[in-house]
Amino acid sequence: MDVRAVLLSGNEAIAQGAREAGVGVAAGYPGTPSTEILEALVRSDAQRRVHVEWSTNEKVAIDVALGASLGGTRALVTMKHVGLNVAADTFMTAAYTGVRGGLVIVVADDPGMHSSQNEQDSRYYARFAGVPLLEPADSTEARDLTRLAFELSERFDTPVLLRTTTRISHARALVTCGPIAAVNVRGFVRDASKYVMLPAFARKRRAALLERLGTLERYADECGLHHVDRGSSRVGIVTSGIAYQYVRELVPDVTVLKLAFTHPLPVAAIRSFAGTVERLLVVEELEPYLEEQLRGLGLAVEGKAFFPRDGELTPERVREGLVQAGLLARAAPLSVQAPSVPVAVRPPVLCPGCPHVVSFMALRDLGAIVAGDIGCYTLAATPPLSAMDTCVAMGSSIGVACGIARSGGADRPVAAVIGDSTFLHAGIPGLIDAIANGTRITVVILDNRTTAMTGGQSHAGSGATIRGDQNAAIDLAALCRTLGATTVDVVDPYDVGATYRVLERSLGSPGVSVVIADRPCVEAPRKIRERPFEVIEDRCVACQLCLDLGCPSIGWSSERRDGRPLVTIDVATCSGCTVCAQLCPTEALVPIAVAAGSGHAS
Amino acid sequence: MPPDTVGVLVAGVGGQGVILASAIVADAARRSGRDVKQSEVHGMAQRGGVVTSHLRFGETVRSPLIELGGADVVLACEWNEAIRAAAYLRPGGTLITSALRIVPPRALADRRTGRVDYPDLFEHLDGLDLRACDAEAIARRAGHPKAGNTVLVGVLAGLVRFADDAWRAAIAANVPPKALDANLRAFDAGRALRFARPARGSRRRAAPAPVAAPPAPRIVIDAAWCKGADCSLCVRACPERCLGFDGGTAVVATRPDACTGCRLCEIFCPDFAIVIRSVAA
Repeated sequence: MDVRAVLLSGNEAIAQGAREAGVGVAAGYPGTPSTEILEALVRSDAQRRVHVEWSTNEKVAIDVALGASLGGTRALVTMKHVGLNVAADTFMTAAYTGVRGGLVIVVADDPGMHSSQNEQDSRYYARFAGVPLLEPADSTEARDLTRLAFELSERFDTPVLLRTTTRISHARALVTCGPIAAVNVRGFVRDASKYVMLPAFARKRRAALLERLGTLERYADECGLHHVDRGSSRVGIVTSGIAYQYVRELVPDVTVLKLAFTHPLPVAAIRSFAGTVERLLVVEELEPYLEEQLRGLGLAVEGKAFFPRDGELTPERVREGLVQAGLLARAAPLSVQAPSVPVAVRPPVLCPGCPHVVSFMALRDLGAIVAGDIGCYTLAATPPLSAMDTCVAMGSSIGVACGIARSGGADRPVAAVIGDSTFLHAGIPGLIDAIANGTRITVVILDNRTTAMTGGQSHAGSGATIRGDQNAAIDLAALCRTLGATTVDVVDPYDVGATYRVLERSLGSPGVSVVIADRPCVEAPRKIRERPFEVIEDRCVACQLCLDLGCPSIGWSSERRDGRPLVTIDVATCSGCTVCAQLCPTEALVPIAVAAGSGHAS
Repeated sequence: MPPDTVGVLVAGVGGQGVILASAIVADAARRSGRDVKQSEVHGMAQRGGVVTSHLRFGETVRSPLIELGGADVVLACEWNEAIRAAAYLRPGGTLITSALRIVPPRALADRRTGRVDYPDLFEHLDGLDLRACDAEAIARRAGHPKAGNTVLVGVLAGLVRFADDAWRAAIAANVPPKALDANLRAFDAGRALRFARPARGSRRRAAPAPVAAPPAPRIVIDAAWCKGADCSLCVRACPERCLGFDGGTAVVATRPDACTGCRLCEIFCPDFAIVIRSVAA
């Protein structure tokens, strides 16, 4: 056994903890910042002792994990915060059924919305469902608490929620790894009164849940997962998760009660801590989850008066809050060597050669109202494409498009645009709804065969599992035809003319028209690089039509025509997709000339 | 912050290998017996956007994030991102940067005049301990054009004195085996670079002479010759979407100020109904 400390991200540490606990089944749906947990599990398991899968969506993932638990093996399910909304139906009732093998649900929150549509605080879900909640504060705790979560799950016959945030999941820290445990399967045992939630059975399980909560309240105090860093008795700070690290760093001499088991709260420990300090302060990210419960205990407590409820906590924001609260003196402004001019803005953009670009350009030019969805392609809402009108939640595009079409307020054709992974995740019921109710919309499925936004994870339409094993990919066109779409067209979005023609026809046709824009992602699962393009400057009239693609490979040269800059293409990043060359009215964009002597030149 | 903790902010553009460069330094710190924390954001930010990786090492590291004004070193893989990240430097900190300029599409600010909103590093960061080099050219000479970040890590190795073995093992553990030799050469080349500490203000350059504004274009339409909406060739051709019908029978300039004078409308019109005239500013 290698006992040397290694650098693990929180996500890798959770995977390690699950292996040390002998996890047998792990399921999830990719979502920042949770994605790497299952990927690390696969890397750690060349012997294939664990069944690991990318599930169709988080609801299916938690169903698979619950089933595995009832089969008597330890099961892990991973998702981002909004994924827990999708899984919530099963999650809430799994708290009734309880488990056989330990069932651990990892939810990774994204405070600050680095890559999300909201920043909900998932800790409330633990209170809502009545299940134990664990919050690690670094990678070692992530490993330790994951291992413990499986034990708690079996000991108290309950699913356990392990909640991380971006700065836990995506921060690397030193972890001394323990040995990987064998997978232990206890077998499935029939127990309808526990696992069949008929009302008569569910009522009894509801009572069992409440009784269990009482037991957990006592355990929360006894388990010793909280500790006190003793300092002056003037102020005591109650905190958990990443906030603890900032507090310890900024005010190392203040007395701190650090919590890791945050539902149910260790009430006796909190009361006794409060009794040892003159003033009680809570430092926590996002919602006043701890603060309100402490206030509910009758304690005089402050928190969100000083620390923001929105956005991610940073050392600067915690420092500002501590200054406001009078715990820190305001430091003299640092002579920070900040630039005296604005730096160039650099929002994220679609990649060079992204196959999504043409579909959006066409929809915009054809005047459609575009209900968009979650993925890289949400970036098409920004200039220069500016071709998306709504984006709310995974799979929402189709239902929202139906609603817009039925509102009586749509003066233009209505299109839903959805990626292939998102379509399989939650788009199919929307399409069925449109077909069943005869709502006239066009559904554009951007089929790049991967889950690109999170880094290229496979899905049911990719033709491979998370381990890279080949499987039969879902045929999206056949699926849509079988469901009864009025028309189903498959078009190559690198063919600009064909894409415009198909979309124009579909937007003008009655019924539910489906257009599948079929082109693999240029970045995953493998980088696609065709011969790059270059600009023949004599032909370029500097019309800059190609710039409307927003392609990061196209920029300006130092040459001018009538004062306007000619365009240039960065050969290092150009993927050779040909789309700019198809647009160019003067045929100025051509495949790069092959070096002399190689036999052919353009 | 504990005085023994060193903060290095690695900054660049999505796809440049910022996180890998940070991982090499983190691994070298670990191999040198330091406590280490490294934090970055994945997901949407990596689509050609700004990527930063916060790296802290020392006796005991709590926060995975560097506070503004708390970085000992900013290691930037790109010119513009060097300036953005410089706000994190503590007074007296060191800015290591590649000379590489990746101009984002949004910086191409004015298509008619060619104005680019992209800053000049030397004009705005004088007085810093600036260690700028053409990392890509050095990497190419070392045998791998993508090893530019390793050149910068080599420059960092001149400031952060880990044992040579720790650096080499960290590089070996993090780069593909077939690129290892070139990366080690790139690292050595970076470490061998010598930088003169500039005197305050010595790099300030004169502001560039203002470029005369090109003549403004004017769209002239002969309504009698226009076939109207059934044709629409000019409307569809216009990159700036300056033209439309506004309910009338002949095309009109709906956004005349957006015209760059490219003449595509004039070229495409089969009826010679539209011409672009230049008007001296």
